[in-house]
Amino acid sequence: MSKANKNINNSTINAFSCMPNENGHFGLYGGRFVSETLMGPLEDLEEAYKKYINDPEFNAEFESDLKHYVGRPSPLYHAKRWSEQLGGAQIYLKREDLNHTGAHKINNTVGQALLAKKMGKKRVIAETGAGQHGVATATVAARYGMECVVYMGAEDIKRQAINVFRIKLLGATVVPVEAGSKTLKDALNEAMRDWVTYVDKTFYIIGTVAGPHPYPAMVRDFNAVVGREVRQQCLSQIGKLPDTLVACVGGGSNAIGLFHSFLNDKGVSLYGVEAAGDGLETGKHAAPLSAGKPGVLHGNRTYLMEDNYGQIIETHSISAGLDYPGVGPEHAWLKDTGRANYVSVTNNEAIQAFHDLCQIEGIIPALESSHALAYISKIAPAMDKNAIIIANLSGRGDKDIQTIATHEGITI
Amino acid sequence: MSRIESCFNAIKKNNKKALIPFLTAGDPSPNITASLMHELVLAGSDIIELGVPFSDPMADGPVIQRASERALAQNTNTDDVFNIVADFRTKDKTTPIILMGYSNPIEIMGYSKFTKKASDAGVDGLIVVDLPPEESSDLQGALTSYDIDQIFLLSPTTIDKRLKMICKAASGFLYYVSLKGVTGSNQLDIKMVEEKINEIRTKTTLPLAVGFGIKDAQVAECVGRISDAVVIGSALVEIIAKYAKNTKEMKKRISLFISSLRKALDNIQ
Ligand SMILES: Cc1ncc(COP(=O)(O)O)c(C=O)c1O
Repeated sequence: MSKANKNINNSTINAFSCMPNENGHFGLYGGRFVSETLMGPLEDLEEAYKKYINDPEFNAEFESDLKHYVGRPSPLYHAKRWSEQLGGAQIYLKREDLNHTGAHKINNTVGQALLAKKMGKKRVIAETGAGQHGVATATVAARYGMECVVYMGAEDIKRQAINVFRIKLLGATVVPVEAGSKTLKDALNEAMRDWVTYVDKTFYIIGTVAGPHPYPAMVRDFNAVVGREVRQQCLSQIGKLPDTLVACVGGGSNAIGLFHSFLNDKGVSLYGVEAAGDGLETGKHAAPLSAGKPGVLHGNRTYLMEDNYGQIIETHSISAGLDYPGVGPEHAWLKDTGRANYVSVTNNEAIQAFHDLCQIEGIIPALESSHALAYISKIAPAMDKNAIIIANLSGRGDKDIQTIATHEGITI
Repeated sequence: MSRIESCFNAIKKNNKKALIPFLTAGDPSPNITASLMHELVLAGSDIIELGVPFSDPMADGPVIQRASERALAQNTNTDDVFNIVADFRTKDKTTPIILMGYSNPIEIMGYSKFTKKASDAGVDGLIVVDLPPEESSDLQGALTSYDIDQIFLLSPTTIDKRLKMICKAASGFLYYVSLKGVTGSNQLDIKMVEEKINEIRTKTTLPLAVGFGIKDAQVAECVGRISDAVVIGSALVEIIAKYAKNTKEMKKRISLFISSLRKALDNIQ
């Protein structure tokens, strides 16, 4: 860790959008911490990703599928009534919930599946927690005619029965993971073990901006369409750039997707919202950037939830998609440099925001996205009426209805 | 001369093959690990690979994953691992000990503190499964100043360019992972292992150990014929798991198993 981050000062702020460096490092973070067997395959993947990300034909295919299959661009919607009720800034919602499969996750899986196709891999695998990324991967595997295996913690399989069935309907196999805490982090370990075993024919579609290089950069690039659209929509609908961007942070893919096009715009403040669960002070949360320490997990160096001896500890959030002990390394770097702010909201605050959006705007948001909304309800009232806040409404809440009902003691 | 170097010198001089068993520190309990290590030596082991338990052992199959879980359930931490080694060293000053683990428990302690404690305890080498040479220059600095060898892994997917780089960074010995997969897999293809080993031999004079997928005396003998050392992990850990509640029986079974491997390796001439 001796190579101090040379970019930690505002005079080099233009460098924000050019990370990571050639070794996959975002300052101290990121990199490639995997067993030797995966080093070669990761080099191959990096080479393919670098080749195709600038290839006009690949991009035309990607954009065409984003348009006709995913339904992009997603609208930038002015939440007028909610803005009025909060009495401050004008709030806009980037409607990723309206994408095919109901979340931003599909942007990345379309990109990676197309890359898998180019690399001649006929089998894709994925890890999933809430099941959203599993659904998005099974979806594209069907679309491109690939075999698909989804690893899911045995605990999560119990909690997310509908998505498990959805994945199966799409023709994929769900493999329960019984190791460790039987949740998302263990599913990721198991997917890595599969990959190392069947590496010749398999493409591992990681669902967030974590994992070894090039995943954090690659997943970001496939999700960056969100911020690119927001920038255009903001300029054409409002005539100026936004003041503030807000997104929830699990692994951080919807947040970095929104932020990336604005990293060099000093005037745009960025807020990533982590899950404080029962409250940071209780220790029952999933907020590594707010309350964790740097370490190495799942192939990269980043902030982690860990004990004093470096064992990864269990996370707690009502939102399964935020229930992860690590976070993408680019966020770790953006935190240390001060370019982005990382805050957290509790389960109860997120649930309040969930209900507010349902009743005031007629939109049922995902519990993950509700964390971003909850933070907005804290900052918007004190802001100027001309100020613009944009939230990434990363997914729709249909998947969470059972969780909300259970939380409120209601049997459907 | 380091313990690892003297060990391999003696092996070579006597025209023998080194037997390297792996067990996880703290499995089934930190109190008995050191005595299991003595048992391994008595039965004919040359070097001991001691696993540092980790919550997320990404490169391990179910058998060694469970070993980590059992050790952590007994609250085995990194300092306990050092204590086990120090305890072992009070009676055995010659058998080399290699710690094998993952980055995070090392990172959190800090490279120099970890290395100093390891050296004080009597550790000779370190394998960090998820720390390829590209990411390990800082750790290597710390290890070098305490004369601890960093043992690197090579795999079937290691191409020529990486092979050269790793051979340059390596010391002690090199560890060839015999198959694409996790520990405990059983798809080892001896022909392919031999081809790769011949390739590796052209790049280094360091001793070559082979591990992953070696389950019994027969496979050990085949692998021993083409390498300098054989690593046995999951098959031993399975015995420890099976007799976790009966230490006496466990030691007896371990002794029988290790002796059978010793005999198989000594058959090679
Ligand atoms: C709707 C939604 N938003 C956010 C997330 C969190 O992931 P990330 O932080 O990578 O955007 C998830 C993950 O499942 C999700 O389903």
